[in-house]
Amino acid sequence: MREMSNPFAPTAYERRKARTARVMEYVFLAMGIALIIPMLLIIGVIVVKGWPALSWEYLTANPMRGGAVGGIWGPLIGTFYLTVLCLLIVAPVGILAGIYLNEYAPDNRLTRAIMIAVTSLAGVPSIVHALFGLGAFVAAMHLNKSLLVAAATLAVMTLPVMITSTREALAAVPRNFREACWNLGATRWQTIRTIVLPNSISGILTGVILVVARAAGETAPIMLTGAVASMWVEDEGWAKFTPYRLDEQFMAMAMHLNSIARDVPGMPESMKFGSALVLLLLILTINSAAVALRLYLRRRKRW
Amino acid sequence: MNSSISIDVRDFNLWYGDFQALHHVSVEIKPGIITSLIGPSGCGKTTLLRSFNRINERYGNVRTTGRITILGKNILDEDVSVASLRKRTGMVFQRPNPLPISVYENVIFGIKSHTPSSQLGRRVLDEAVETALREVSLWEDVKDRLKSRATELTLEQQQKLCIARLLPLKPDIILMDEPCSALDAAGIERIEELIGELKRTFTIVMVTHNMAQARRASDECIFMLMGEIIEHSATVELFGSPKHEKTGMYIEGRYG
Ligand SMILES: Nc1ncnc2c1ncn2[C@@H]1O[C@H](COP(=O)(O)OP(=O)(O)O)[C@@H](O)[C@H]1O
Ligand SMILES: [Mg+2]
Repeated sequence: MREMSNPFAPTAYERRKARTARVMEYVFLAMGIALIIPMLLIIGVIVVKGWPALSWEYLTANPMRGGAVGGIWGPLIGTFYLTVLCLLIVAPVGILAGIYLNEYAPDNRLTRAIMIAVTSLAGVPSIVHALFGLGAFVAAMHLNKSLLVAAATLAVMTLPVMITSTREALAAVPRNFREACWNLGATRWQTIRTIVLPNSISGILTGVILVVARAAGETAPIMLTGAVASMWVEDEGWAKFTPYRLDEQFMAMAMHLNSIARDVPGMPESMKFGSALVLLLLILTINSAAVALRLYLRRRKRW
Repeated sequence: MNSSISIDVRDFNLWYGDFQALHHVSVEIKPGIITSLIGPSGCGKTTLLRSFNRINERYGNVRTTGRITILGKNILDEDVSVASLRKRTGMVFQRPNPLPISVYENVIFGIKSHTPSSQLGRRVLDEAVETALREVSLWEDVKDRLKSRATELTLEQQQKLCIARLLPLKPDIILMDEPCSALDAAGIERIEELIGELKRTFTIVMVTHNMAQARRASDECIFMLMGEIIEHSATVELFGSPKHEKTGMYIEGRYG
């Protein structure tokens, strides 16, 4: 066949549009890079400067002389307990509230007002939550500044995130699945348990990840409600794993880092960056575990 | 270019990943008539139809070999701009999919993306909208609601709108994938009528799983089975005296 002129050649206008599209692509790419570079720099600096401090000894020894020597065991395990406690409080409350708001609550002005309130609370600075925790738990309820009060304060702070992400995950499950269930005579709860929850669990876990990262990383709320820069803790035997009581003060990584970075004179650089690195790795580990779990659960979901 | 052929498919194969969905498809589709693609579900009708305007490429794992010649040009060539190709091969989908914008905006969406805005005056656009909507006999129904959301129309009106929005681009070919399957009997009748009128201007390829519709509404039929073309002949012939045993079995409703 004779070679024809191309009837589908791009027109001049199309070529111009393609150029614009390419420019936009570069703009987006540049934005992406602008976002990634500072992050890589921060991580890079922390890793390079903190790496020399890392050792088994550093992880398992308690800080001495305000953290200038020794390790970070006390704060590390404090953060662990703090995060777990916070999750124990916020996950049930947040998930159940999210389920209620999405599945049961009538779509009226009150529900919408609650949702707006919840969303706005998520944007409130953490120091405000800290003051709330201090006022509600310590001043009004006369509790000690303690591990439990700090965890509860963090739970209050992260509750909006938990509720919002649960609600969004549930809302993403197509409505016709629910209708099919109801049509077959399933109750609301059966529908939620067998169809809605299994299909939204990965979204709910995203909420959990966000909560964990915030709970482990925030300083202000725990500083006012129970965390201390340094204290004596049991350093021998099994007691080393349970150094804190629920109703007493405790150490935590974010607080520890905050104090050794600012308050202790003559603090070796590597100690500061070592702590930062451990905090980073801790959050990274928890997040990757949750991501792995999410991937696993998502693979089972098919629609 | 042979002007008695609108779409010339030569030894076309298509894979989704490892799965071969089309096997050595060769077929010539004539202009100015309605050609139906029939066959049991999963036989590759949609896949073949979607190859004609290359929207299958959107799935990352699609691979093809062979040629599809439209207007004398192999559309699988490197130098084909898919935007230009799709402008001239409009597609109507199974479920009406008007964009969630006004009726008016839906009709001019195509020209707007193919023409610099400096060349599009209010008058030009108004005229294009009226012409297109009249051609699908929707104008009288919606002329007072041009600014309302297209998704508020009835399904039949939505499907007509989906056809109307192709027209301002002056396509040569209109591809339809089971265009009536979401409609009621009256809607089907009116859309078929409309398609019958459109064939004077356009080459129409229509996928259908409805034998009666293929028989009523098309001039030629292509019967497919498991990714292959079994028979291609005039509708009267294919239903009257099928050349292939399998065609006969299918149109008698023995499988599919
Ligand atoms: N995106 C896709 N990825 C993988 N396989 C697909 C995809 N689309 C269709 N298929 C497979 O290709 C075959 C033909 O599908 P299709 O063209 O939709 O058939 P029809 O329209 O005739 O019902 C089927 O076996 C289908 O499972
Ligand atoms: Mg199909």
